Amino acid sequence: MEKRELTCIGCPLGCQVTVTMDNGVVTDVTGNTCPRGDKYAREEVTNPTRVVTSIVKVEGGNLAAVSVKTKDVIPKGKIFETLEEIKPVVVKAPVKIGDVIVPNVAGTGVDIVATKNIAAV
Amino acid sequence: MKSYDVVIVGGGPAGLAAAIAAKKEGIDSILIIERDNQLGGILNQCIHNGFGLHTFKEELTGPEYASRFIDQAAELNIEYKLHTMVCDISKDKVVTVMNREEGMVMYQAKAVILAMGCRERPRGALNIPGYRPAGIYSAGTAQRLVNMEGFMPGKKVVILGSGDIGLIMARRMTFEGADVQVVAEVMPYSGGLKRNIVQCLDDYDIPLMLSHTVIDIEGTDRLTGVVIAEVGPDRKPIPGTEVHYDCDTLLLSCGLIPENELSKQAEVEMNPVTNGPLVDESLETNIEGVFACGNVLHVHDLVDYVSEEAAMAGKNAAHYVKERYGKEVAKSTDVIDIKAVEGARYTVPTTIHLDSMADLLTVRFRVADVFKDSYISVYFNDERVQHRRKQVMAPGEMEQIILKKKALEEFEGLKTITVKIEKE
Amino acid sequence: MYDIIVIGAGVTGTCTARELSKYQVDMCVIEKGDDVASGTSKANSGIVHGGYDCKPGTLMAEMNVRGNELLYELAEDLDYPIKKNGSLIVCTVPEERGKLDVLLDQANKNGVPGCRIIDKEEALAMEPNLTDNTVAALYVPTGGIICPWGLAIAMGENAAMNGCEFKFETEVENIIKKDGYYEVVTDQGTFETKIVVNAAGVYADKLHNMVSEDKKEIIARRGEYLLLDKEMGDYFSATVFPLPGKMGKGILCAPTIHGNMFVGPSATDIEDKDGVETTQDILDDLAYKAQNSYLTRTKLPMNKVITSFAGLRAHLPEHEFIVEEAKDAPGFFDALGIESPGLTSSPAIAERIVGQIQEKYNFPAKDNFIAKRKDVIHMEDLSLEEKNALIKEKPEYGSIVCRCEMVTEGEIMDAINRPIGARTMDGIKRRTRAGMGRCQAGFCTPRTMEILSRELGVPMTEITKKGKGSNLLVGKIKED
Repeated sequence: MEKRELTCIGCPLGCQVTVTMDNGVVTDVTGNTCPRGDKYAREEVTNPTRVVTSIVKVEGGNLAAVSVKTKDVIPKGKIFETLEEIKPVVVKAPVKIGDVIVPNVAGTGVDIVATKNIAAV
Repeated sequence: MKSYDVVIVGGGPAGLAAAIAAKKEGIDSILIIERDNQLGGILNQCIHNGFGLHTFKEELTGPEYASRFIDQAAELNIEYKLHTMVCDISKDKVVTVMNREEGMVMYQAKAVILAMGCRERPRGALNIPGYRPAGIYSAGTAQRLVNMEGFMPGKKVVILGSGDIGLIMARRMTFEGADVQVVAEVMPYSGGLKRNIVQCLDDYDIPLMLSHTVIDIEGTDRLTGVVIAEVGPDRKPIPGTEVHYDCDTLLLSCGLIPENELSKQAEVEMNPVTNGPLVDESLETNIEGVFACGNVLHVHDLVDYVSEEAAMAGKNAAHYVKERYGKEVAKSTDVIDIKAVEGARYTVPTTIHLDSMADLLTVRFRVADVFKDSYISVYFNDERVQHRRKQVMAPGEMEQIILKKKALEEFEGLKTITVKIEKE
Repeated sequence: MYDIIVIGAGVTGTCTARELSKYQVDMCVIEKGDDVASGTSKANSGIVHGGYDCKPGTLMAEMNVRGNELLYELAEDLDYPIKKNGSLIVCTVPEERGKLDVLLDQANKNGVPGCRIIDKEEALAMEPNLTDNTVAALYVPTGGIICPWGLAIAMGENAAMNGCEFKFETEVENIIKKDGYYEVVTDQGTFETKIVVNAAGVYADKLHNMVSEDKKEIIARRGEYLLLDKEMGDYFSATVFPLPGKMGKGILCAPTIHGNMFVGPSATDIEDKDGVETTQDILDDLAYKAQNSYLTRTKLPMNKVITSFAGLRAHLPEHEFIVEEAKDAPGFFDALGIESPGLTSSPAIAERIVGQIQEKYNFPAKDNFIAKRKDVIHMEDLSLEEKNALIKEKPEYGSIVCRCEMVTEGEIMDAINRPIGARTMDGIKRRTRAGMGRCQAGFCTPRTMEILSRELGVPMTEITKKGKGSNLLVGKIKED
């Protein structure tokens, strides 16, 4: 039996939710005030995911860097691997929103895409 | 003097949405004036996601959210000037601007929409004692340096204030390899969104210390450390609770202040609670034909609400130009006041001219404290007409009530609408 | 070998350098800080004192009254910000009314022109925001306000235009008396000079004691201030003082030359001569006094405080200026104990030191001395036509960088590209007011850094707030 404490992000209430797990299987969720809390807690302990946003260096653009994101959520455990992978990347201007900057980042199957238009100068 | 129907001061989310709405109402002569080198305002540096859930039903980053409005403004051929500073707005709606190409020029506007946004509260205003070394930044300045210019302001970071920009920067700095040691918040609750506390702090084991503040700043040249202490209910430091942190950077996220210097020049009346203009149901100020929206009016929690509010301002400005400008059509002098009391800090708007009111009017406000299991109550004169339970309300998030024009019309002798927070 | 080395580029040092630069001398100013006015001259009340409160017959009284005259006179040539707004010393307790007569008598003995006691009615007509408890006040028409670093910048620039060399970030470690000359040992090397002018502020005792057996001790007396938003700038038009007390002129409320209002200074004697930090107790006390001031009609709003700061005064226990050649060190000229009214007195002290030097050495005058210098153009002060003409000539004057103080890129470029121009963010701030406004540089920091980087030809990461060790950035992103 394993217990995990979480803060629900469903609403400003921020319930302190306790999830009980047995061998990776959720057996109980307590402390939530609504069904959304239950759902959030189960997902968060079994497969937590995040969208990662950062920037990538640009050459020859009107800005030194372009903002990027993972096109979809990636496993939380892959965040720093993702950041390491985009760290050395340099793209050439122009860049358009949605351009794929790094495909299949950190083996997640998710692309890193640009979130800003950068004009070439 | 060149003239425009609507001049919009500020090309951020508020200005863009206002311009688009005015255009859609049939106004062709619109000018947006933006001081930065691109449209989109502060969204351009907010590279994190979480924008647009209400407006577009999807989660966008700041630049993406901005670009949707910028693209729309371009499609509608709305005129704008970049790198241009508005130096003055007169009561007669003469807008004086300055830029490199034209120098200082004046435009006559029929209507003006104030959409200048807000700025961050600086260290000086917080009255933190100590030295004045390099390495103290407002969170937004650091955000610009990192996200737009590509520079690192520091490596070992303490953050004072748990406003959303501070929380977001805690994660950003962590992503860029900095060691973010702690976020201290003087209040017993956070000023930021719950989601940001979990996803920006908890995810990276950055402690949030509530009821704590920075009481000393060390280092004569570059910051070398700060002292953090617990504060009592009076928000004064408790002796004996001081803890020293080595750091080279202190980020401040201690509140936002609407930028109303220009509004004041135009003699717009201010609300001392919001530091924004007092407006009526049309988001019109005491100066006829001058409207306000977005963070210059009151600081919002979500940009979606800014866009919604700004669209109202744009629409109302268009109506003003078409129906009232230059004509002897004054608004009725029958005014219903909206008052915020007992837990409600303010409302926007503060007055309603019934004849100019839309069928539904959203009144936004913030609460003064954290309230659990409480009610938002609305009184028409002394009679309670709305009573809505909320599990929790916090000062960091905006609340709203919706007023129906019909209900106001039917209530005989309605003088005052009161918004308050009640236990039952 | 130099003829003269001036140590310290505060107001005393720069005024002296400027006065000396009228003569054919090989001269250098050595300064520990990164800019002129980086010590005591940086953080003070910025007041041109009339001279009513100095003890008659003292050098302080003489220097104050002469300095007051000179400051207004020299401003015409040197274009530093100064304004004769008058001072009011306000009595609020009927029993203390007699103290005003004592002050007036002192003012007359010191030769302060035009002073008179005014009754409550006249005082309130002059300053409607003065407390209703006002009994009477001493009006000092020659009182004024000045930009303290503006004075040092003007003097320094003009001295540099006339050939005076400046060495910044150069700290004096020792001074060795040689046969007929001195060796000034610094962390940047040793320099020889025939004459030394010691204008080192709170450290002037240390330098003096290196060459003289007549030991001196200067106490650093810290003053803390609250600075209020420009919205409060016209609360008082004159500088309003309480009746003076033992530690100085008391907590005053005054407009600044930049249009803000300040409350302060406190007075605390401290050990650390670099101790320019503010402290919680004093800031709280100032806030309390501002809200409960017995000088003001209303509580001063603390949400209008835009910053607080602290400065040091170089206090001698005898509370008198020492401006003379050290008795046992020929050619070593001291300016010791230059505390308030030191700013006002600075041009008079310079005149006195140079008089003493000239009496002994009689350097020939330059025939090509440039007496005038123009300040950085402040766009905000220009008419519409002037602004447009300037922008046409140089488009950078149309590009606003600091939004609070409306400072343009052109002004910042001007501040950098002049004799002893700005090298740091604080240097820009003091020359242009960029970053001095209500947002306290939140918006303009990145842009100002870019301009500095471009104009100086150094990378962004080398831009500092105030010289060595105060870099604003630690590197670029995505690089370790």
